[in-house]
Amino acid sequence: MEHKNWIGFQSGVWQDDINVRDFIQTNYKEYRGEASFLAGATVRTEGMMKKLNTLFTLERQYGGVLDIDTATVSSLTSYSPGYIDKENELIVGMQTNRPLKRGVNPFGGMRMVRQACEAYGYKLSDKVEEEFRFRTTHNDGVFRAYTDEMRMARKCHVITGLPDAYGRGRIIGDYRRVALYGVDRLIEEKKKDKKALSDCTFDTAHIRQDEELYQQIAFLGYLKEMAAMYGFDISHPAQNTREAIQWTYFAYLGAIKEQNGAAMSLGRVSTFFDIYIERDLANGTLTEEGAQELIDDFVMKLRIARHLRTPEYNELFGGDPMWITEAVGGMGEDGRTLVTKSSYRILNTLYTLGSSPEPNLTVLWSNALPTPFKKFCAKVSADTDSIQYENDDVMRPIYGDDYAIACCVSAMKVGKQMQFFGARCNLAKLLLIAINGGYDTTGGIHIGPQMPVLEGDKLDFDTVMERYQIYIEWLSRLYVNTMNIIHYMHDKYAYEKTQMALHDTDVERFMAFGIAGLSVVADSLSAIKYANVRPIKNDDGFITEFETVGDFPKYGNDDDRVDLIAKDMTHRMITELRKTPTYRNAIHTLSVLTITSNVMYGKNTGATPDGRKASAPFAPGANPMHNREENGALASLNSVAKISYDDCRDGISNTFSITPEALGRTEEERIDNLVSILDGYFAKKAHHINVNVLNRETLKKAYEDPEAYPNLTIRVSGYAVNFNKLSREQQREVISRTFHETI
Amino acid sequence: MSNTQITGKVHSIQSLGALDGPGVRFVVFVQGCPLRCGCCHNPDTWERDGGTAYTPRELLEKALRYREYFGKEGGITVSGGEPLLQPDFVRELFSLCHEAGIHTCLDTSGCILNEKTRSLLAETDRVLLDIKYTNDAQYREYVGCGIDTPLSFLAYLNEQHIPVTLRQVIIPTLNNNVENILALKALAKAHSCVDKLELLPFRKLCQVKYDKLNIPFRFGDLPEPTSEEIAWLENA
Repeated sequence: MEHKNWIGFQSGVWQDDINVRDFIQTNYKEYRGEASFLAGATVRTEGMMKKLNTLFTLERQYGGVLDIDTATVSSLTSYSPGYIDKENELIVGMQTNRPLKRGVNPFGGMRMVRQACEAYGYKLSDKVEEEFRFRTTHNDGVFRAYTDEMRMARKCHVITGLPDAYGRGRIIGDYRRVALYGVDRLIEEKKKDKKALSDCTFDTAHIRQDEELYQQIAFLGYLKEMAAMYGFDISHPAQNTREAIQWTYFAYLGAIKEQNGAAMSLGRVSTFFDIYIERDLANGTLTEEGAQELIDDFVMKLRIARHLRTPEYNELFGGDPMWITEAVGGMGEDGRTLVTKSSYRILNTLYTLGSSPEPNLTVLWSNALPTPFKKFCAKVSADTDSIQYENDDVMRPIYGDDYAIACCVSAMKVGKQMQFFGARCNLAKLLLIAINGGYDTTGGIHIGPQMPVLEGDKLDFDTVMERYQIYIEWLSRLYVNTMNIIHYMHDKYAYEKTQMALHDTDVERFMAFGIAGLSVVADSLSAIKYANVRPIKNDDGFITEFETVGDFPKYGNDDDRVDLIAKDMTHRMITELRKTPTYRNAIHTLSVLTITSNVMYGKNTGATPDGRKASAPFAPGANPMHNREENGALASLNSVAKISYDDCRDGISNTFSITPEALGRTEEERIDNLVSILDGYFAKKAHHINVNVLNRETLKKAYEDPEAYPNLTIRVSGYAVNFNKLSREQQREVISRTFHETI
Repeated sequence: MSNTQITGKVHSIQSLGALDGPGVRFVVFVQGCPLRCGCCHNPDTWERDGGTAYTPRELLEKALRYREYFGKEGGITVSGGEPLLQPDFVRELFSLCHEAGIHTCLDTSGCILNEKTRSLLAETDRVLLDIKYTNDAQYREYVGCGIDTPLSFLAYLNEQHIPVTLRQVIIPTLNNNVENILALKALAKAHSCVDKLELLPFRKLCQVKYDKLNIPFRFGDLPEPTSEEIAWLENA
């Protein structure tokens, strides 16, 4: 197949099939040089950014939410077009009709929308209430099916953060398809797939797929309507860079108008855009400055994306994140790097527009990346604390070379795989429930198998492990069943029509489970094994405290005695989870990632045998507990690197903070050393790292005087946040974490 | 001759050393020091007794866990304390490192020069030589030895063509003057083995260590230099 807008591109199978990867592989130009070609911000860009910064300040002053349209249900075509500065915008399109005004999206659940409106001084309109009176939301569906035990597990926070009251997210549409093929071609292909179904036996699976295809086709139509409202016809392929970026953005915009999923990630677009930029630079219709401007304008749009959330939600996922994750760099299967000049351009937005948590720029690190690119990334990290790194050498053999990251650490082939997001269970709390024979002392409820409280003056490791295993088996089964209900209902009542239209029809599904409290459990079990842990009972005969005498190995010191306990815990969990079948035969995966919920999880967990006090925060993700590291930063990294990606295919998050002084004496030394650290960590087959290069004092000052640090960005757990947008409690927890310093 | 029975006294290990030698380094702080520098930030390494006993091989095994981080430049650094007090142990460790292809760096005051320390230097790829002052009087007053041995040490390094980073802690009122810096630079220039000069700002973070040990911090009342002052001296 040919199209006039493809003139200048190398032909390939991508013309006949929907195959963006093939288009990239046959057309992209790797870049192995330095950053010196980059252009800075233009006057136009600076003016636009100034307007946005004013809006951001206003939003902050309004308590975090600038405005809510309480009378319009968010969808692709429900708002009239909105602009920041119509005359000067290069890429257009807004979620509602005004920047930072949030829409309401009750498809996930009404209660959350009502509460969110009320929390910011609004009231959901009667009109919306009326429209949804006879409609079943995802949330309604889930609670119709939840068992008593599921409700209890949720209530006592042994499983928390489940997407049962809002959109599940973590699905990445292949937004590039709209630019490369135009919407008409995509509709045509989906129609073919639908027609092909007619020869099948119409069992549940086929009926469901048939209806889903109907919805996908309908929403591709709405996507065209939405673009037409802004004056664009996206039925045909994009003919230049500006259109390629605009078409891709429209596709993403359609997705975030339709869905309020927790993480609405972007995918892997920069090297795709680079092909259009190279074509336009070659034919003289674009300059470097112009290319940077287009990327800048696109990124500005991403920076103003918002969803309406409740304060309760913010407790779990602090900082108002969207996880607009963009995977940058990586290597191709043929050995060429996928780094292009546009990999630099998108990172350069942290300079042209200033540092920012969104989009969530994620560098796919490979030992084979060109050295100048590695150094540029390290410099950006040291300057902005805004990027994260994930191990391409570990993921590429599994997902190929056109995968992206949803949310923080969840890899998936773009347009070919998706996941059912499942938050996390609290392993530390589960240990306490096990020791108490099925009683949760913080919630005051009986849950799980009922057994006697463990007896004796000293906890015995083997006895505890045997008991713990029983509860792991119980929780795993409950967790899978709960997830099955949630995702059945989400597909039924809040199916992602736009995003799934931008996937292959035969999509592979993951079901992503998670754990919190890994380091607390590892250290607690280590204390039980290597020190003397005396359980202390309360008046009701339940164990609520522990007296730990003697030293014990602590996770984070590269000590196999405890690190292998942590590794074993993840292996036990995924092994148990796999025993219960999943909805739509999704593949079970596991993550060690907490977002900011480590504070809330800690709050709901009693004292633990490692010496952690009741209610004290956990360490985030797979991090060692704060200030238990005694052998320096690399020992801590080595401990985390031992957790196997084979057990945790949904990612292992580690947040690393170091002072500039500890990283080297000169900027050049700091950059070289950071590159060495990243190379070493990933050579150990570690999965992910957030890098912060900053002093604790800076955070303390920002805590005391937020106005003086309006744009302070830090990496937390798989994403970046504006420090000021965290709750006071979350801020204190971040400040208390380990900063690797000079001694 | 390799001696596998030797053990060394180790104060502590830092898995990420980015300031003591080129690149990312595994740093071993040995226990025991014959000097009592007024500016010392590791008074807890002074006593010769104590520390944890390690064989050279045990330490090598630990260091090997970090070799992926060393890159092209990094490796192992032995600091202290004074490594020259345990020359056989450090020599054996460095020799094992060389067998494993790991770059070795010695952070020392250069206050002991004898057959054993010369033998250690034969296994040393780079020396971080801390020249405390540029005159004998201050050495005797604030270090506890004369300047002659450190100078002979430097001359020996030059003779052996062992690369040297010359370092000095800049202490306001004592050596933060142009005369001293020029003398230091002249010393560097006179020895072709010196390819780097580092002026390190005097820091008082170690006050807590002194308090804990109940030892007076001799320079505790002196001010810390500013980064501008260091930069100015570097350009002197």
